[in-house]
Amino acid sequence: MNAIIFSALIGVVMMLSGIVIKSKTGIKNLAVILLFVLLGGHLAEFYGVFNIHLDTHEMLATTRFGMFFNTIVITATLFYALLSGDEVVKVGTYGAEYFALIFFALCGVTILSAYNNLLMLFLGVEIMTIPLFVLTGSEKKNLKSNEAALKYFLMGSFSTGILLMGIALYYGATGLFTIEAARNPNDTHHFYGILLPLGLLFIFISLAFKVSAAPFHFWTPDVYDGAPSVFTSFMATIVKAAGFIAFIKLFEIRAFDMSFSWKILLPLIIVLTLLAGNITAVFQQSVKRMLAYSSIAQAGFMLFALYTPNEFGKQGILLYAAAYSLATIGIFAVLMKMKDYTFEGYNGLAKTQPVLAAANTVFLLSLAGIPLTAGFFAKYYMLAGALKESSSNLWLVIVAVLFAAVSVYYYFRVIQAMYFKEGNAETIEVKPFFKILLIIVAAVIILIGLMPSLLLDLFYA
Amino acid sequence: MVPVWLILIPLLTGLVSFILKDAKTVKAWALLSSLITLALIVAGNWFFKADSLQFSATWVAGLGSKFSFSLDGMGKMLCLLTAVSFPVIFIAVNRNEYKKANSFYALMLLMQAGLMGVFAASDALLFYFFWELALIPAYFLCSIWGGEKRIQVTFKFFVYTFVGSLLMLCGIIYLYFQTADQSFSLQSFYHLHLTDQQQYSLFWLFFIAFAIKMPIFPFHTWQPDAYEQSPTAVTMVLSGVMVKMGIFAVIRWLVPVFPQAVSHFSNVVIILSVTGMIYASLIAIKQDDVKRLIAYSSIAHIGLMCAAIFSQTNIGTQGVVIQMFNHGINVIGLWIVADAIEQQLGTRKFSELGGLAQKAPTLAILLVVLAFANIALPLTNAFIGEFLMFNGLFQYNVWIAAVAGVSIILGAVYTLNMVQKVFYGNTVAITESAVEIGSNIKLALIVLVLMIIVLGIYPQPMFNLLNP
Repeated sequence: MNAIIFSALIGVVMMLSGIVIKSKTGIKNLAVILLFVLLGGHLAEFYGVFNIHLDTHEMLATTRFGMFFNTIVITATLFYALLSGDEVVKVGTYGAEYFALIFFALCGVTILSAYNNLLMLFLGVEIMTIPLFVLTGSEKKNLKSNEAALKYFLMGSFSTGILLMGIALYYGATGLFTIEAARNPNDTHHFYGILLPLGLLFIFISLAFKVSAAPFHFWTPDVYDGAPSVFTSFMATIVKAAGFIAFIKLFEIRAFDMSFSWKILLPLIIVLTLLAGNITAVFQQSVKRMLAYSSIAQAGFMLFALYTPNEFGKQGILLYAAAYSLATIGIFAVLMKMKDYTFEGYNGLAKTQPVLAAANTVFLLSLAGIPLTAGFFAKYYMLAGALKESSSNLWLVIVAVLFAAVSVYYYFRVIQAMYFKEGNAETIEVKPFFKILLIIVAAVIILIGLMPSLLLDLFYA
Repeated sequence: MVPVWLILIPLLTGLVSFILKDAKTVKAWALLSSLITLALIVAGNWFFKADSLQFSATWVAGLGSKFSFSLDGMGKMLCLLTAVSFPVIFIAVNRNEYKKANSFYALMLLMQAGLMGVFAASDALLFYFFWELALIPAYFLCSIWGGEKRIQVTFKFFVYTFVGSLLMLCGIIYLYFQTADQSFSLQSFYHLHLTDQQQYSLFWLFFIAFAIKMPIFPFHTWQPDAYEQSPTAVTMVLSGVMVKMGIFAVIRWLVPVFPQAVSHFSNVVIILSVTGMIYASLIAIKQDDVKRLIAYSSIAHIGLMCAAIFSQTNIGTQGVVIQMFNHGINVIGLWIVADAIEQQLGTRKFSELGGLAQKAPTLAILLVVLAFANIALPLTNAFIGEFLMFNGLFQYNVWIAAVAGVSIILGAVYTLNMVQKVFYGNTVAITESAVEIGSNIKLALIVLVLMIIVLGIYPQPMFNLLNP
C-alpha cells in the first residue's frame, strides 16, 4: 500500500513545490529525490520493514508479483527522471506540475498492479490516463501536441466508456465487482446469460485500447508522435507496461476462462498487432514515429503473456517490462539530444558522440531481441510460455519470430545511420553525467541479458 | 576449464583492444592473444587431462539451461581450426591499414570468442547464444570496413542468418519442453523420443538455419556478395571458420536428434547440395573476380560436405569433419593470396592481371600448392577428405556421386584457369610494377602450405584427434 499512498502524497508535494522553487534544476532535483523516497518507501514494504496498512475491504490486494512490478516501474521512472528530467522542465513553464502529473500517473499504475475489484481497475486506469492527456498537450503552442492531446482524450474517454459499460454488464451478471466473481457465474440468484461474456469482451476491448493492441492501435502513432518526446517516452514504456499488468491480472485469475473463443481471438490479436506494428514501422522516416510503431510491435510480444498466463508468462512480462522500458527510455533520451529526428539525423553519430551511439546500439539490440541483451530473454520467456502451454502453438511462435526478424530492419537502420553512414549528426549539449547514466543503463541491460536470474531471483526470494 | 578459457581469452583481450589507442600495439596485442589461444588448445588437447575439456556450471537455473561446454573430437578439430586461423590471418593482414584499428581487432577477437563458444557449447540455449554472438561482430566488421556496397550486402547477410537462427530458436524451445528432464543439454536432446511427424517439421526449423549459414543452394544468395564486400580478413574468418558452424551444427545438433527425419529427407538435401555444387562451379567458371571465384568455389565445397553428411555413412561423416579443417586452411590461403594481389595492385579482375609469376615467383609457387589443394589433388590435405566423402556418397547412390564428381572437374577448370590468367602469360600494364609479397604474407602462406603438404602426406594426426 505504501507505493499508492506515497505516490499520491508526493504528487501533491511536487505540485505545491512549484510555488516555492523557481529554478528548473531545483524542480528536477526535487523530483529525483522524491522518486528515491518513493522507491525507498516501496522497498520498505517489499522487504517488510514498514507498511501503511489500510483496510480497503479487499478492493486492493498487494501481491508479490504486483510489488515486484512496482519496483521495476519506479526504478524505470527514476532512470527516466535522471536521464530526461531536464527535458521535462524544458517543455513549458510548469515544470513542477509536469512532475506532479507523472507522480499521479504512477499512483494509477500502482493501483493497477494491486486492484482486486473492477471499480479499482476503473479508478486506476483513470488516474493513470488523465494526467497523460494533460502531459500530451503540454506543449501549448505546438499544433501537433494539441491535436495529439485531443485525439488521445477522445479515444481515451471513449475506451473508458466501454470499460464502464463492460463493468456494468459484469455487475449485472454477477452482482459483484470483485474479479473472482467471473469464475462463478452460475450463481442462480442473478441473471447471467449473455451479460458476462459481453461485459468481459467490453473490458477486453477497452484494455486493448490502452495497450494499443491491433485493431485498437490507431491512436498510438499520432499521439506518440505529437506529444513532447519526453512524455512519449513515459507513455510508451511505464504506462504501457502498466496496462499489461492490469490486463494480465484478469487472465491470470481466469476471469477470461481460456475457452475456445479466447483461444481464437487472442492469437488473432497478437498476429494483427505484430503485423500492424512491424510492417508500418518499416516505412517510417522519423525515428520518433518509428518508435511509436515499434511500441505497438513490442506490445504484440507482450500480449503473449495474456495468452499464456503460466509462470513463464508472468516472469516474462516482468522481464519484458524491465527490458523494454529501460531500452526505450534510453533511446528516447538519446533521441531528445538529437537536433534532427529523422534517420538521416543520426548519420555519423558514432563519430561525434561515440558513447551515445554505443549505448543506443545496446538499447536497439535489446529491442530487437539479440542475445546478450535483456530483450532476448524477455522475448524468450514469451515464446517459451506459449510452447509450454501447448506445443500446437508452434505456428504462433514462428510467426512471432519472423516479425522479430522484420523488426531488425528498422532498429538496425538507426545503427547503420550511426556507424556506417557518413554524416555529422548534430546534438544539443550532452553532459558527462548523462553519458555515465546511459552507460549504466546499457550495462544493466547487458547484465540482465547475461543473467536474467539476477532480476527474477528477486521475485522468488 | 579449457573451453571456458578458449572463449574468455579472446573475449577479454578483445574488450581490452577497444581501449588501446596505437595501431601497432593493438596488432601485436591481437596476435599475442590469438597465439595464447592456440597454445591453450594445443596444450589442452595433448598435455592436459581429458576432463579439462569439460566444464559445467549453472547459468539460468529457472530455465534448466547450463553454462556447460565439452569438446569431443569434432569440437577439438574445429576449435583448433579457429585457433590456427586467427594468428595466420593476423600475420597476413599485419601490414594492411584499417581506420580505427583498435575496434577492428577488438571485433575480430570477439568473433573468435563467439566461434569458440559455438564449437564448445553442449547446451542448446548456450549454443544459440554463441551462434548469434559470432554474428554481431561480423555484422559490424563487414559494415564498417567493407567495400562500396557493404551496408546493403551485410544487412542481407545478417537478416538471412538471423531469420534462420530465430527459426532454430523456436525449434530449441520446442525440444526443451519435450525433454524428459526439462533441460537444454545435448544429452537430453539425444535421448528425445519424437514422433516422425514432430521430427519432420522440426528438422526444417533447424536445417534452414544451418543451410543458410553453410550456405546450401537455394539459401546461398547472401554469400558471394558478402564475401566480396567484406574486408578480406573478415572474409577469411567467414569462409574459413564461420561457414563450418553450419556443417558442425548439422552433425552435432541435427543428425543425432532427428534420425528419422534425416533419412526421410536425405534425398532432398543431397539433391539440393549437389545442384548447388554444379551450379556454383559453373558460375565460378564465368567469374572475372578472384574473390567471387573463391566464394563460388567455396559453395561447391560446402555442398559436397553437406551431401556427404546426409549420405549417413560413417566414412562420409569422418571425411566431412576432416575436410572442414582442411577446407578452412585452404580457403584462408586463397583469400590471403587474393588480398595480397588486391592490396598491391588495386584490382582483383583476371582480365586486368597477368604474368604475376615473373614478378612474384614465391607467391606463384605458394598459390599453385593452394590451388592444387583446392582441387583436392593427391598429396594435398584435401584429397583424403574428399576421397572419404565421395566414398560415402558412392555408398549412398552411385549416380549422385557421379554427378557430384563432375564438380571436381569443373573445380580444376576454374581454379587452374585463375592461376593461369593471373600468374602466367605476359605481364600487363598493372602487373609491370608488381613486386614480391611482404615477409608477413610469406610467413602466413608458408605455414598454411606446410600444413597442406604434411597433412596431405600423413593425415593420421587428424584421425587421432578425431578418434582418440
